[in-house]
Amino acid sequence: MTALATSEPLTATRPLVEMRDVSIAFGGIKAVDGVSIDLYPGEVVGLLGHNGAGKSTLIKILSGAYAADHGEIRVNGEPVHITSPRDAKRCGIETIYQTLALADNVDAAANIFLGREKLTPWGTLDDHAMEAEARKVMGRLNPHFRRFKEPVKALSGGQRQSVAIARAIHFDARVLIMDEPTAALGPAETQQVGELVKQLKQEGIGIFLISHDIHDVFDLADRIHVMKNGKLVGTARVADVTKDEVLGMIILGKCPPGAVPGPGAAG
Amino acid sequence: MAEPSTTLSPASSPDAPAGRRAGIGDALRALELDTRMVGMIGALAVVWIGFDILTGGAFLTPRNLWNLSVQTASIAVMATGMVLVIVTRNIDLSVGSILGFTGMVVGVLQARILPEIWGFDHPLTWVVAVMAAVAVGGAVGALQGAVIAYLGVSSFIVTLGGLLVWRGAAWWVTTGQTVAPMDGLFKRLGGGFEGAIGAGPSWAVGIAAILLSVAAILVTRRRRAGFGFPVRPLWAEGVVILLVAAAIVGAVLVVNAYPLPIPVVRRMMEAQGLTTDGGLPFVAHGFAIPVLIALAVGVGVTFLSRRTRFGRYVFAIGGNPEAAELSGINTKRVLVMVFGLMGALCGLSACIATARLNAATNANGTLDELYVIAAAIIGGTSMAGGVGTILGAMLGALVMQSLQSGMVLLGVDAPMQNIVVGIVLVAAVYIDTLYRKGLK
Repeated sequence: MTALATSEPLTATRPLVEMRDVSIAFGGIKAVDGVSIDLYPGEVVGLLGHNGAGKSTLIKILSGAYAADHGEIRVNGEPVHITSPRDAKRCGIETIYQTLALADNVDAAANIFLGREKLTPWGTLDDHAMEAEARKVMGRLNPHFRRFKEPVKALSGGQRQSVAIARAIHFDARVLIMDEPTAALGPAETQQVGELVKQLKQEGIGIFLISHDIHDVFDLADRIHVMKNGKLVGTARVADVTKDEVLGMIILGKCPPGAVPGPGAAG
Repeated sequence: MAEPSTTLSPASSPDAPAGRRAGIGDALRALELDTRMVGMIGALAVVWIGFDILTGGAFLTPRNLWNLSVQTASIAVMATGMVLVIVTRNIDLSVGSILGFTGMVVGVLQARILPEIWGFDHPLTWVVAVMAAVAVGGAVGALQGAVIAYLGVSSFIVTLGGLLVWRGAAWWVTTGQTVAPMDGLFKRLGGGFEGAIGAGPSWAVGIAAILLSVAAILVTRRRRAGFGFPVRPLWAEGVVILLVAAAIVGAVLVVNAYPLPIPVVRRMMEAQGLTTDGGLPFVAHGFAIPVLIALAVGVGVTFLSRRTRFGRYVFAIGGNPEAAELSGINTKRVLVMVFGLMGALCGLSACIATARLNAATNANGTLDELYVIAAAIIGGTSMAGGVGTILGAMLGALVMQSLQSGMVLLGVDAPMQNIVVGIVLVAAVYIDTLYRKGLK
């Protein structure tokens, strides 16, 4: 397949994550078809496309929710096998799902530490220590949050979002996948997420931002990958293309001069 | 009639500072009592007092309450496991049949196999029998759990099949013959006057329980304070400790007020070479062993569900199976463990039921699945998954047994008893639904 020559990387380092020639099919339909994307440290890469373009599926392969039929994933240049969410987390890849994927009936701390609980020396849950750390990380994201004893279903959309983000960033993530992070949020909370993205970027974390809101992506991303019908239309630096051109990529699959065309580019 | 009251205002902000303003609502909030649990205890009180009035004082007697506690034990043990099963959005319809099957296995083991090895009334017979029951029950449950988790057959179908399979297997063990009698020491697991621990040990158990509760409350308080978290005001801790202590002391006083039958006391005294001329002393039953087993199981499973990873995962799976999976939890393994635990508890209940009957019959435990599920549901376990408490389920078992016991005292026919229990089950769930809506 076409080796995706991303002209020059933004930084001189090697990619944090590379997905090469990845494919997955469900019942004969190729949801993702020979897609190659990459991400560098401290970079925000937007993944754009219509509903059903395959962006969420592609990202679920990276987060371990699906196993690819074909293709390779490299983290820091090393090929890795990701067949479960646990594998992905071990590689430092954390995901904030569009659905948030919270256990609604337990509290914020239990959600943040779900699957990675802190234990006392006797092997029992150390809820106090977990609550203390939850208070710390939530204090950074949402300083007014006080409802640590309530099941998360009682929380507001923004608070639930904070819990999901806290869970992703608390464990030294190197790669953060944000699937429609602002879909359920009001303007103030959306801005808060934007600030957070910039802060994490400065810490050298690489972020995949999946969104169908092109304005969000232009505000936050350094580069974009556009997908259509399971294939990569092209890759571009945000600085090199206009919003209209990107819309053309999303809707028509037409690659503008400022972008590097992929296998899915029209014409 | 037997359902949580909804009049108390739900404590919606437990993290709020202790209210200085006078007001029952604030005081209740500071106590951080579970309003549903308070409602259940209230419902139980209504049932008890109602029956006591209707029976002219025959219900709230030490004798009846003691019997009630023994009759509840077997269902209560299984109800603790059923809570975890239902919390994971599953159901187990096979518990009565597993009880029947493991009951036959322990019956044959102690009445036929072990006596051939080391003779009758060997001191280890009961130990081996109980361990075998728990192991066999656990294996049966884990097998069903594996089919549910790894083969993806719904738990309703698998355990409906199990209901038939294990009842048939129970018959197969002896081709339908009843096995009796049970080993002398094993029999004590079922209660009766041999299966009660007496007045002194009952006080010891009660005092130990109080000390442990106080220690647990204080340790938690110190840990929370150490992290700078909000804690209950001291008076509230005091009230909680007092309530716990009062409940325990009350239970000890009741079981110690129920005397052993006169012929039994006479026999005991004669066996010790004492004269019975000077009248017979008052010898109390004390706690029944099956009740202590049930309480220990309740504490143990509560610990599992609240303080271990396993319990956290059980609730997370019930709350959002997909989220649990995405968090990297091995949800299939957890399910196998939940059903394995359920089976092991059926094995334990089989020991209690078989010992109480002093016989292993292939019909033992018939329809128990319905009582066990009803106990968990009346106790506030949500069929939608993710919500339920062990204590609630045990209280649910007690409420149901109280209804039945009360109706027996009133001379209500068995079919009518079933009608009442059935209606109460539906009404309890309906009221619980209203309560949950009120919380939102």
